[in-house]
This record gives sequence, C-alpha cells and structure tokens, in this order.
Amino acid sequence: AKLHLKKIKKKRENFRSYFLYPSQQQQEEIATKKLRLTKPSKSAALHIDLCKATSPADALQYLLQFARKPVEAESVEGVVRILLEHYYKENDPSVRLKIASLLGLLSKTTGFSPDCIMDDAINILQNEKSHQVLAQLLDTLLAIGTKLPENQAIQMRLVDVACKHLTDTSHGVRNKCLQLLGNLGSLEKTVTKDAEGLATRDVQKIIGDYFSDQDPRVRTAAIKAMLQLHERGLKLHQTIYNQACKLLSDDYEQVRSAAVQLIWVVSQLYPESIVPIPSSNEEIRLVDDAFGKICHMVSDGSWVVRVQAAKLLGSMEQVSSHFLEQTLDKKLMSDLRRKRTAHERAKELYSSGEFSSGRKWGDDAPKEEVDTGAVNLIESGACGAFVHGLEDEMYEVRIAAVEALCMLAQSSPSFAEKCLDFLVDMFNDEIEEVRLQSIHTMRKISNNITLREDQLDTVLAVLEDSSRDIREALHELLCCTNVSTKEGIHLALVELLKNLTKYPTDRDSIWKCLKFLGSRHPTLVLPLVPELLSTHPFFDTAEPDMDDPAYIAVLVLIFNAAKTCPTMPALFSDHTFRHYAYLRDSLSHLVPALRLPGRKLVSSAVSSTIISQEDPSQQFLQQSLERVYSLQHLDPQGAQELLEFTIRDLQRLGELQSELAGVADFSATYLRCQLLLIKALQEKLWNVAAPLYLKQSDLASAAAKQIMEETYKMEFMYSGVENKQVVIIHHMRLQAKALQLIVTARTTRGCGMFLSKMYFITDLPHLQDSFVDKLLDLMPRLMTSKPAEVVKILQTMLRQSAFLHLPLPEQIHKASATIIEPAGESDNPLRFTSGLVVSLDVDATLEHVQDPQNTVKVQVLYPDGQAQMIHPKPADFRNPGPGRHRLITQVYLSHTAWTEPCQVEVRLLLSYNSSARIPKCPWMEGGEVSPQVETSIEGTIPFSKPVKVYIMPKPARR
Amino acid sequence: MPEIRVTPLGAGQDVGRSCILVSIAGKNVMLDCGMHMGFNDDRRFPDFSYITQNGRLTDFLDCVIISHFHLDHCGALPYFSEMVGYDGPIYMTHPTQAICPILLEDYRKIAVDKKGEANFFTSQMIKDCMKKVVAVHLHQTVQVDDELEIKAYYAGHVLGAAMFQIKVGSESVVYTGDYNMTPDRHLGAAWIDKCRPNLLITESTYATTIRDSKRCRERDFLKKVHETVERGGKVAAAGLGRGPFWEAWLPLAWGRVVGVTWLSPRMNLKVPIYFSTGLTEKANHYYKLFIPWTNQKIRKTFVQRNMFEFKHIKAFDRAFADNPGPMVVFATPGMLHAGQSLQIFRKWAGNEKNMVIMPGYCVQGTVGHKILSGQRKLEMEGRQVLEVKMQVEYMSFSAHADAKGIMQLVGQAEPESVLLVHGEAKKMEFLKQKIEQELRVSCYMPANGETVTLPTSLSIPVGISLGLLKREMAQGLLPEAKKPRLLHGTLIMKDSNFRLVSSEQALKELGLAEHQLRFTCRVHLHDTRKEQETALRVYSHLKSILKDHCVQHLPDGSVTVESILIQAAAPSEDPGTKVLLVSWTYQDEELGSFLTSLLKKGLPQAPS
Repeated sequence: AKLHLKKIKKKRENFRSYFLYPSQQQQEEIATKKLRLTKPSKSAALHIDLCKATSPADALQYLLQFARKPVEAESVEGVVRILLEHYYKENDPSVRLKIASLLGLLSKTTGFSPDCIMDDAINILQNEKSHQVLAQLLDTLLAIGTKLPENQAIQMRLVDVACKHLTDTSHGVRNKCLQLLGNLGSLEKTVTKDAEGLATRDVQKIIGDYFSDQDPRVRTAAIKAMLQLHERGLKLHQTIYNQACKLLSDDYEQVRSAAVQLIWVVSQLYPESIVPIPSSNEEIRLVDDAFGKICHMVSDGSWVVRVQAAKLLGSMEQVSSHFLEQTLDKKLMSDLRRKRTAHERAKELYSSGEFSSGRKWGDDAPKEEVDTGAVNLIESGACGAFVHGLEDEMYEVRIAAVEALCMLAQSSPSFAEKCLDFLVDMFNDEIEEVRLQSIHTMRKISNNITLREDQLDTVLAVLEDSSRDIREALHELLCCTNVSTKEGIHLALVELLKNLTKYPTDRDSIWKCLKFLGSRHPTLVLPLVPELLSTHPFFDTAEPDMDDPAYIAVLVLIFNAAKTCPTMPALFSDHTFRHYAYLRDSLSHLVPALRLPGRKLVSSAVSSTIISQEDPSQQFLQQSLERVYSLQHLDPQGAQELLEFTIRDLQRLGELQSELAGVADFSATYLRCQLLLIKALQEKLWNVAAPLYLKQSDLASAAAKQIMEETYKMEFMYSGVENKQVVIIHHMRLQAKALQLIVTARTTRGCGMFLSKMYFITDLPHLQDSFVDKLLDLMPRLMTSKPAEVVKILQTMLRQSAFLHLPLPEQIHKASATIIEPAGESDNPLRFTSGLVVSLDVDATLEHVQDPQNTVKVQVLYPDGQAQMIHPKPADFRNPGPGRHRLITQVYLSHTAWTEPCQVEVRLLLSYNSSARIPKCPWMEGGEVSPQVETSIEGTIPFSKPVKVYIMPKPARR
Repeated sequence: MPEIRVTPLGAGQDVGRSCILVSIAGKNVMLDCGMHMGFNDDRRFPDFSYITQNGRLTDFLDCVIISHFHLDHCGALPYFSEMVGYDGPIYMTHPTQAICPILLEDYRKIAVDKKGEANFFTSQMIKDCMKKVVAVHLHQTVQVDDELEIKAYYAGHVLGAAMFQIKVGSESVVYTGDYNMTPDRHLGAAWIDKCRPNLLITESTYATTIRDSKRCRERDFLKKVHETVERGGKVAAAGLGRGPFWEAWLPLAWGRVVGVTWLSPRMNLKVPIYFSTGLTEKANHYYKLFIPWTNQKIRKTFVQRNMFEFKHIKAFDRAFADNPGPMVVFATPGMLHAGQSLQIFRKWAGNEKNMVIMPGYCVQGTVGHKILSGQRKLEMEGRQVLEVKMQVEYMSFSAHADAKGIMQLVGQAEPESVLLVHGEAKKMEFLKQKIEQELRVSCYMPANGETVTLPTSLSIPVGISLGLLKREMAQGLLPEAKKPRLLHGTLIMKDSNFRLVSSEQALKELGLAEHQLRFTCRVHLHDTRKEQETALRVYSHLKSILKDHCVQHLPDGSVTVESILIQAAAPSEDPGTKVLLVSWTYQDEELGSFLTSLLKKGLPQAPS
C-alpha cells in the first residue's frame, strides 16, 4: 500500500508540474511587473501634488484623494517618507492631523513592517504643539505598536512615550495615552526586568491613577484601558476593586457603565476573596459583594448602565444561592408590616393541593409587624434586582434581565424554580421581543421546572397572540414542558385547539406540540381519554370526521401517550383503531408504533419491530445500498434494473421514515446519477461515425447535464455532507463533464476546456480503479495527444471506470422549503396599477438550510418568461429552532399592463457558489479557455414547490 | 449666613392641600396650590394670609409652580390668583395646562351647583387664572427673572406630572410633586439627573410600603375580576381616583383601561367591559396630544398600532346595569358617595356573587369608607337600609413611589438634605429615620405652618483667566485634580462679579503702574572681619544650606539668593559688629523671611 501511495504522490507531482508551475511563474511575473510600474508613480504623484498645493486646504484635498486608493506594501515606505517630509514643513494643524492619520493607516498595510517609521513618529510627537495632532499621532503609534506585538523594546518605548504625555491638558491626548497603555502595557510576568535597563512600569498603577481624572472621558478611557489589559491576559490586582466601586457613583453614565464591567471582571478573577462590609464587622465573598453592587446598578438612573448591569448579572454563576434568591425578593411591606407577594400566595394555594380557589377575605392582608430598625431600604444590595429589572420602563433592560435570568436559572435549578413566576409574568409584556425572549428562556430552563396550573394558564393565554413567531415559540416551549395535573393537560389541549381554529396555519406546529405533550405525560392523559374521545360506556357515539385537524390533534396526543401506557388502548372504540392505522401510515412522524392487543393486523408487524433492537428501516437502507455494491459484476442491463428498483425503494423509504429521508434521498440521487451515466454509455451512438451521431447525441448530453445538476444538488442542498462525500460527488461531476466533452468535443477545438475542469483533481484522495485514477495515469498522454485521441481515451476510461461507493455521513438532511403564504388558492387577483409596485407577503419555513441569509432567494416568474430574483434581507430570517428557519419577507411585483389576470409563480431558490468551496484556478483565466467555461460555478437550485399568485396589473387611469 | 426657608401651608405631615412656600436666596416661590378634600369650609384652601398680612401677593411671590393637575395640587389656584389676588407667573407643563381647567370647572360645578356654595370662584375666574399660566417643556430651563430659574423633570405620576428644580445662583431646591418610580402601562418612571440640590422636597405617601411588582398587582386585579365573572357576578370597579371628584380620572383610568384591554383577552376574560361615559374619549384625546409624555411602549408603537382604540370597551349606559349576566363596569366617583358608582352599587349590593373593587382610600363618612371598614348594613337616604352582600375588595393601584422608590430618587438626585411632605406623620417618621441612617442626609418633616430653616454655604463663583489657570495647572500634577490648591493671582471685583487674574494683567486692566515693594531688614552680626570677608562667609554659609536655590556672590561684594539681595556693611560706631542689609520684594516674602531668621541665628564659626 505504501508503494502505491508513493506512486500516487509522484503522479500528483507530475500533474502539478504540468499544470501548476508554469502558470504560477507567469502570474508572479505579471505581479512584479505591475509593482514596478506603480511604485514610483504613486509616491511621486503624491510628492508632486503636495508640492503643488498652494494652501493648506489644497494639500488637505490631495491627501484626502490619496487616502481613497490603497497603497501596495512595497511602496508604503516611500510614501511615508514623503508624508513625513511634508509634515515637518507644514504649519497648518489640520493638514498635519491628516498626515498623522495617514501614517497610522499606512502602517496597518499588510506586509509592511512599521518599525522603520516609529522613530520618526516619536520624533515629530515631541515637537508637536497641537493637542489634536498629538492625539492623532498617539493613535498612529498605537497602530504601529499593535502591528509589532513581539517587539518588546518598541512596546516599552511606546509605553514610555504614553506615560510622558499622560499629563497633557487635553483630554483627547490623555485618552489616547491610556488607550496605548491598555493595548501595549507590558504584562509583568513576561517581561524580564533587565530588558534594556528600562524598569518595567507598573502600568496598572498608572492607569489606576487616572480613575480619578477630572474629565469623565479620561476616566472612561482609563477603565477601558484596564479592561483591555485584562483582555490581553494581564491579571488585574484586587486593589482595583475598591477603586472601581467608587466609580459606580460617578456622575457620568459612561464611567458607571465601564465601572460595572470592571467590577464584574474583578469578581470573576477573585471570586473567593473576602471583603469587609463597610460599617460592620462582617465579611463576605468578593463575588457576592460585587453581585450586590451590580444588582444595585440595575436601578441606576441611566438605562445604558441598567442594561449593562442586567446583562452582567447573568454571567455571575459563582454567587451564593442566598444572594441569588434575594434578587427575586423585594421584601414587601405595607404600612410597616410584612406582606407576602402575590407569587407566594399563589404558590401556597396551588402547592397545597387545594383545587377549590376558596379565597378568603383579606388573605393578602399584611401579617406580622416589621422591625423598623431591621428594614433596609437601599443597601440591601441584591434585593429585588430582577423585580426592578423586569419591570423597567425600557424594554432593552427587560430583555437583558430576562436573558440574565435565563443564564442564572440554567446553572441553578433552585433558582429556576423560583424565577418561574417572574418569567411567566413576562409573557404579558407589551413588547413582542420581550415576550419572545421570555418564552425562549423558559424553554431553555424547562428541564428544571414544572408548571403549576395558574402559571400554565398565563402561559397558554399567549397562544392568542397575533404574532406567529410567538405562537410557534410557545408551541416549542410546550413540547418540553412538564405539567403537574391532568387539568393542566386538558387546559393546554383546549387552548391549543382554540389556537388551531383561530390560526389554521399553525396546524403542524400544534400537532407536533401535542405529540410531545402526550409522550411526556401518559399518566395524566389516561384519565382524560374517555372525555377526549367522547366515548360512552353504553352508547356508541358518532364517528368523528377523520379530516378534522382538531380531531387529529386529539388523536396525536392520545396515541403518543398510549405508547408508554399499555392500558390506554382498552379505552379506544373501534373507529379509533381504524383511525390509528390510517394516521400511522399518513402521519408516521407524529404517530408512534403502538402495541395493540388483539389487533393482529397491526400488532404482528409492529411487535416484531419493538422486539428487534435495531431499526428495520435502517437495516433495509443498508441492505439496499449493499446490494448496489455488486453493480460492477452485472451486465449493463442488470445494473440498470438493479439501480432502478433500488432508487425506487429508497424513495419510498424516504417518504415513510422521515428521519431517514435525508440519507435515502441523498443515496437515491447518487444512484440516479450513476444510472444516467450507464444509460448514456449504453447509447448506440458510440458505435456510429462522428458525423452521424450529432442528432442522436441529445440523450447523452441531456444525461450529462442532468448529472451535473444532480451533483450540485447533492453538494449544496444537503446539510451534514462531509468532505469524503464531496469528493465522490465531484468525481461524478467530472465524469459527467467527460461525457459532455466526448459528446461535443470531437467537433470543437481541443481539450483545454475539459482539463480546466479538473482543477479539483488534486483534492481527490486515492480512489482505486476510479475514473480519476486512470485519468491521472494517462495525463501525460492526454496533454500531448490530439482532440480525437483524447476523446477516444476518455471514452474507454469512462466505460472502464468502476462505480464508486458513496459512504454515508452520520447525519444528513435535505434542505427543503415550504411556502406557507401566499397559499396560491385565491381566485381574486391582486390588482395594482401597472408600472407601480405591489407587495406580496411571503412566509416560508426552511429546513436544514445552512446560512440562509446568504443562500436563500425568492424567484418570481412572470407569464412572459421574465424572471425576477429577490434577495431577502437578513432580518427577514428567524431561527425558531435548530436547523429550522423562517422567512417572512415582502416581495415587490411590478409589470406592464395586462388585459386579464394571470398567474405568476413564486418559489424559493438555494443559490450556491462553488468557488467558496474550491480554490479558483487562476492560471486558466484569459487563456485559451472558451468563454462558456465558468471558473467559479454559481447557480441556483429551486427547492420549494412553486406557488401561483394571481395578479392583475391594470393600466394607469388618466 | 444664607439660608433656605421652607414653610408648608398644606401637605405638611398631611395628604392634601399641597402648598409649600420656599424662600431661596431672597426669592419666594410657591410650590403647588391645592385644595383639601377632607374639608368643606375655609380649611380646604391654604391660608394665603400667612404669606402677607397686607399688601399684594404679587409683590411677595416671584412665581408659583404647579406640579400636576390633581386638585390637591392645583385646586385652590383660581381662588388664590383671582380672589386673593396674584398676577405673577404660574408655571406648569403643557398637559397640566390643558387638563387643569377641566378639573377645576368640574370641581366648581359640584361645589356651586350641587352643594350650593356661595363665594366660590367662577368659570370666568378659572379662565382668567389660566391666562397667567406659563407652560414649560420637560428639561427646559426657564428664566423667571435674572436670577431665578426653574426646570421640569419627568415625574410619571399622571400625564404631565413634573418635578421642578428651582435654582438661584448656586443654591437649588427640587420639588418632586407626586411621582412614580415604576413605569405603568402608559407612563414612564420618574427620572432626575444628579443635580445635587441643597434641598429635595419629596412626597412620602407610601413611606412605609414596599410594593409587589406591578405585574403581580395587575394580575391580582384581573384575577379578582375573573373569579367573580366566572361565578356569573358583576364587577364594579369604583372610582378612578381618591378624591370626591373625578379628579384623578385620567391617568388611573388610563392605566387600568390599557391594562384591562391588554390583559383581558390574554386572561380569557370575555365579558363586556363598560366605562363611564365620556371618559375614554377624553383620555384618548389628551393622550394623543401628549404622546411624548407617555412611556416607551406607547411612544414606540403609536405609529403602527393605536393603543387608544379599545375593542373590548364600551361606553356605559345607565340601563346596562340591569342587564343579566356578568359584566365589568368602571364607574365614578371612587368613594361611592354619589353619582353613577353609587347607583350601580345600590343595584348590585344585594347579590353575593357581585364584587366591588375600591381602588383608593376613602374619606370618612362616605359609603366607600363604610364598606371598606366592614360595615354590612348601610343606611341610605330615605331611611332605607341596604344590606351589602357583595364582595368588597381593595386594590392599591396608586401611582406614587413606594419607600424604595423614594430612596432611589433621593439617591439619584444626591441632595444635601431632604424634606418630606404629602404623607402621614407616623409614616414620615419611619422614612426620615431611614433616610438619615442609610443615606446620611439630614431630613425634615415640618407640619403645616412650621418653618424649616436650612443654612446653606454660600459659594461665590469667581471667573479665572485662562492664562493664569493654565500656568498654574502646568505646575501641578494633574491626577489629583480634586484636591484644593494654592494659587497666586489678583481678585478683581467689578460690577458685582469676581475675576481672578494674574497680577500683571490686573495692573494693566486697572491702568496702574507696578510698585516695587521691598522689605529690608538689618541683621547685626558679631564679626570683626572686613565687610568683604563677612559677605564671603555669608555666601558660603547660605550656599551650603540653600542647595536648591541660586546663590551668587556678585563682584560688588553683595550676595544674592534668587532675587534677594544681601549686603554687608560696617556701621561706623562698632567695628565688632557688621550689619547685613537684607532686601527682598514682596513676592519673595517667604524666602526673605526665612533668610532673615536664618541669618539672625548667626553664622557658623569659621574654622579659622
């Protein structure tokens, strides 16, 4: 095997030397030529321009123009010299400012090492008087410093410069100095003290001094610099904590906002340190103290700070549970007497198992007296922080608070239990985003919680919401919710059915929701069955309508519950069993296999599946695919037949088992390609002389074309496709191209076109007996031979090449899309004045589409054949669940006047761009390649059923 | 010593009749001019004769500020301006200006037409009074005169409610009026910047209460309604305010209407909801007019969706009360002493399925107060006895800040001291103690007519020339900017303003020639040597001690230390002593006096 590998390698090298090197050399030549041309011209032009400039305004204009064009790395230095030269002469600060900023920009050029201009920059810095220019120069130094992260000597020097200018009177200069310190300040541990005799400065101390600067902007910059130090891995001292705490009461919101961040950082660094509580002898953990302080900031005067504080609370997981739970407790009192919250009362009422809502007079009346001395109104720290955050005026704060609640609840089950009431209350928020966020949050923590009936009541009320996003999010939530009582289940069912009648489009989502609801709560569903199926012990009831979505919904719930509840089928009436059989077949993804006693018809097949551990359909899939392995040994006719029925089997399997649909479709497509290839090669045309088969070649070229299309589909429409599959797909495409070439090439000139398509050969691993393998073997011959020969060689190679087995990936899903709206059923045309636009609402669900923002397009086909492609905005895509997306967008239609209404087709396309996956081959550009050949293949695959919309553009009235 | 004097004429340790006099730096301002709902005699209005016994109020008061349109804050305004006589400016916000006359007219009607009071202000008086009003915008600084300026902040209590900052020079007072720190369905939360006033006058209605979250309260309310409706009962949510008049209708009504319409479909409330006639229309009108005064939600969405359209709410007609089946009615007035709410109450009281919800507290003697205190048999007019079987509920929906909210506002404004008004004495006591303990701010709670005098430290602003400032800044180290620092300069007082300039500039400005002021001092030394030698010895001595200074020995025999000249002379009478003449300018006073004291100690013995 080793020997073989070597052979392959060698082959490849040969191949490279043939194809890659000449062209690369050529390319380099071109590049260097270009540089030689531009280098003098660029800087010279600038020099001339600057000399020509009569006034500062002129010079500024020239510089601005100059800045618009990029500069090559090689010419940067020349340009810099000219700029510096001009800088020394220039009196006008605005021009100097521009030059300084240009220096900074230029030093960022990739491939240019800016250490050569640093000396000059520091030099001009020392003579500069204008504060603005100074600030800009420091910015330039920052750019230089960040470009040279390894050079410690330079960094030390820059830090020195920054320290020197820290005492400048202008806040801008001080800001920049602090920024410089934050970005370049040395990390003590890595720097050896003897480095160039410069004692390492305590950057932290220097920055810390500016926490009390008179200018709020400088204070902010100081805190930011400190945070920057932290980001770069410098461990901040704990002493900063006290300084930062003082800044929390700063007058300016940006200072407070940054200080909150700093406190958070310190609390994460030293969570277990002990800090004293002022004005008492007690001590607490630092993280708890910081938590209390940040909680306090949730009621800050500025909403920016509130958002910041609320966000950070979520990531403080080390905080003690005692403090955490305080955030939900506002310690109510009324007239100095302790009062229980409505939440506490509700909990007591429902958890005591009392079902009657026997309210007593004044059960919310205040209870015991509060000791006036013990009540703490402000310094109670964490008390009620979330209560405040969740009822904040600004929805930004509320969202941040909900997010924080989510994160904390995920890490602490007991907190999750406690915050539930508050989350449920947020379902009634006025702003949709907040409602949606809280529903998502609840879903995320649903493992830790069980909903009480009263909470469920509030939750279910949201099903009335007019926003589809919210309803679907709620369905998702209900899928993974635990309900405590059978009344709860009943309530949920009733509300979902109401939802179904109000919004019929939610059908699938509701069915799915009920499926999970049923399988999660079999024992709670059991007592409800007679009522739900409206069976009667003595009388037969009317058979419900099988097409009623509501009835199906009920059945889905019951059947899924029955799966783990063997006693349930006894309660079914005859027609229920019939309906089961029907639904099991038509909605197999919603209705599980049941063991139904006494029902031989169903049970015989089903029971065996339960006994055998392995999934039979999976087995079947494997068997059918293995069958195809023997393809090689069959005669063409037999191979065709085998492929045909395997494809049929796979398609049927995909329809039946939704989980296997992706795999089945994927393999079926591949087999179809193979089938097409075999068929094409079986054509009679190969035996006919060249001039005669021109007419007959239709089938072969059509096959080639179809194989290409299918391979693109395989490559781009399935998620989870791995590299090894891609290679096989490419191989198939290569074969298709070879076929195409054979069909057309005899009459056209040469094989360059075909060879150009083989750029990806180098990516292909060794594939024994494959087309590529042979191709590589024969490459030297191909390069030299005439077109006619090439075709002949290729033809034999195609015939001889073996069928490659397609390994199946772990998880594969076919991208699919369903257009929900427009439904395409309306007979009323959409009327609008011709020449103007009409907007059409498009609502579609996308499954397993990767990066839909960039790939999914909407296509509108007009009856006159005109096609219009619309790129939806990124914001139009929602992500309701993993692997699922929703597109809600508006499409604008317009056309000239028609005499009568006609239908336009709307469908979704999946666009692909193969250049993203395969490196472009540059050497073929502009060569002998004919223009039809695409180097980066772009295209679209329709992946939804088209929907017809009736429209009628009317002529404009005059 | 300058001082701020505050005298509440009303609302001192009391709720109602808000009227507070503030004297600040010679300016007199009256904050609010309200009536008291508990009285029907002279006590209902503040005693304006306290302000000035004889003479016109206009001469005494610089301006009047009205915080919001509730009658206990503006009810006495026409009486004060037209009947007692005040012609100065009255400041209030635009919504207050729009709604205030409606409520005043309503009040007048009830007092004159229904109760038949004489000597009450007339409609014309209300109009005349409103002509004196100057409307202000939020955060707009209004110059009342050259020195007095006022500025309004958002208070969130009702539509147009504002807190006012009154500022004269460097002294300032903030008056909160009534405010709410938790936003509700239609209004935002009160907000003030860190203005650090000398005094913050705050209401303290709920000084001893920490309230449940507003969502809980809302849900609680709806749940109570829900349960009754499920029983098939009718709900009367009585009153939309505390007062005997429907003074508070607008904002409270609004909050509840929005809350109910918003929540009712979500809470599966599917019964007719009625509303006292005319109320919704008026509320709509004013809320649409003053969108910027509402909260973020309404501000954000009013373009797309009209919050003011109620699908679920219908106007109430008297005949509806007899309709069968459950219903919810919002009716006025709140204390069930007259009008629609009383009629409904009488109709529904007999049925135990029904419920009445009382939203505020009720004045003694009213039906509302009686039923809230648990009385079940009421004697109505005409000796009828009405047995109350219906449920009675109390809901606190008040738009006032609770104890935590008050503390929060005090924390936001950072005042030097706090003064509590508009609350009960006992509750104030608690809050006062808390404020002093936790915020370490002195706190006052004067009764009506009691004057609090607050000494303030007068700060006089002095302008400094930029050149001087920069020169001084360049000498010092920057980061310690907040420490006091010594600075040399000349203070020029001209036209009652102060400027600090460098002495050169001061001379130039005043057209004065610079006088050299030199101090000279003779120091006697026992030294028998010659003058030159003495001088030399002095030189070497000083050189060794004053290492930081420039000590020179000039060719003429004198010694200079910086600009200080030292000459040695021999007095003719005594050859054993030499006299050192030390001379310095007044700028070098410090060094000069140091030198003389040094020289007086004598020179060290020469190691001869």
